[in-house]
Amino acid sequence: MSDNTLPARLAEIRDEFLELDEPDRLQLLLEFSQELPAVPARYADHPELQERVAECQSPVYIVVTVDGDGLVAMHATAPAEAPTTRGFASILAQGLTGLTADEVLAVPDDFPQSIGLTRAVSPLRIAGMTGMLMRAKRQVRAKRAV
Amino acid sequence: MVRCPPYAALSAALTEEFSVTVEIDTTSPKFADYAEPGRLVTGEWLEQRLGRPGLVVVESDEDVLLYETGHIPGAVKVDWHTELNDPVVRDYVDGDGFARLLSSKGIARDDTVVIYGDKNNWWAAYALWVFSLFGHEDVRLLDGGRDKWIAEGRPVTTDKTVVEPTQYPVVDRDDSLLRAYKDDVLAHLGNPLIDVRSPEEYSGERTTAPAYPEEGALRAGHIPSAQSVPWGKAVAEDGGFKSREELDAIYRDGAGLKDGDKIVAYCRIGERSSHTWFVLKHLLGFDDVRNYDGSWTEWGSAVRVPIVSGTEPGEVPSR
Repeated sequence: MSDNTLPARLAEIRDEFLELDEPDRLQLLLEFSQELPAVPARYADHPELQERVAECQSPVYIVVTVDGDGLVAMHATAPAEAPTTRGFASILAQGLTGLTADEVLAVPDDFPQSIGLTRAVSPLRIAGMTGMLMRAKRQVRAKRAV
Repeated sequence: MVRCPPYAALSAALTEEFSVTVEIDTTSPKFADYAEPGRLVTGEWLEQRLGRPGLVVVESDEDVLLYETGHIPGAVKVDWHTELNDPVVRDYVDGDGFARLLSSKGIARDDTVVIYGDKNNWWAAYALWVFSLFGHEDVRLLDGGRDKWIAEGRPVTTDKTVVEPTQYPVVDRDDSLLRAYKDDVLAHLGNPLIDVRSPEEYSGERTTAPAYPEEGALRAGHIPSAQSVPWGKAVAEDGGFKSREELDAIYRDGAGLKDGDKIVAYCRIGERSSHTWFVLKHLLGFDDVRNYDGSWTEWGSAVRVPIVSGTEPGEVPSR
């Protein structure tokens, strides 16, 4: 992966993971899961604005917005009993929010494989995070075009 | 470690002869009706015995981090993806790998292991089945799993469990009695098969459980003659297993299973069918029950195996 397309916040998150031993990476993922902010009330009441991430085994929904200045915000909901999924959503929500649409679209598709969790979490579970990233990008494309 | 030999005699009388280190739970009238009452424990029984030498509590979940959010005090985690599966071949760990794993979890060969987990014990039953392939005798489930334990207000903690490693012996895995491979299933056709997936997967409308990711089966439907009994039918409202009488109505009256039948259960990757395998083997007492862990992700992609679509079981193909 070439670093020049990976936004600073995502690169920072990746490096935080890679600096740790595998068991500690799980702990860090748990911390991310606890930091997932609640979806703003205006979306919480409108499930139709949220997109289900079918790649995840737990019910997780994302909302991606692009504001008038072209800046992206990502929100997500996932149940407390699915901390792994919450952790993935939290990484992306923190890493993508505040970027421009172009920056989000330039995030390498293999970012989820690059943060050192494939073995600790398993490739199948990582696929859930890839699905989330793909869907976020698609929403950015659709919403930017409007 | 202190062992309690007198319980061995007690267990032989009350269960189908598995030797135990910690006495079995005789407090539940529901359990008493099962073929092997000792294969389940209640939350109350377990809470009173936490920390007892010879007892190890194992949590096994779908979510690899759920244990870290809070677990039964003293419980260790066993993850099916990263610990029970071989990382390269689609298979389970071998005797060396299992010995290393259980030693690192502080489990001795004759320990009583009580397993619990999320999703009504799907993954717990899967872990129990894998432990059984290695002949670990005294494995039990916490009835109702993680959710019921928490719903009953029992203790959970995020304190790290301190494990004293053991020297678990290297025991060869024996797949012959409890596990079916694809060729075994082909040879088995004509005998009872239980498909425990959702009705939509059985009929062929879809290849994955509703709300689960696509895991790559190229064809949809079911193995000819398989009866559809979704795994969740065995679960009671409180999250535990249904009573013996209810289970008999489902599997004997409903699916037509009879004493002496050779039975194979399957699902998508063998996890939900472990749950049904546990019910048929330990709660209803069928002797010859195997779990086909290749399940639909293998059968639905294999070349030239027979498949039936639609809601009817279909005929066994002539050979």
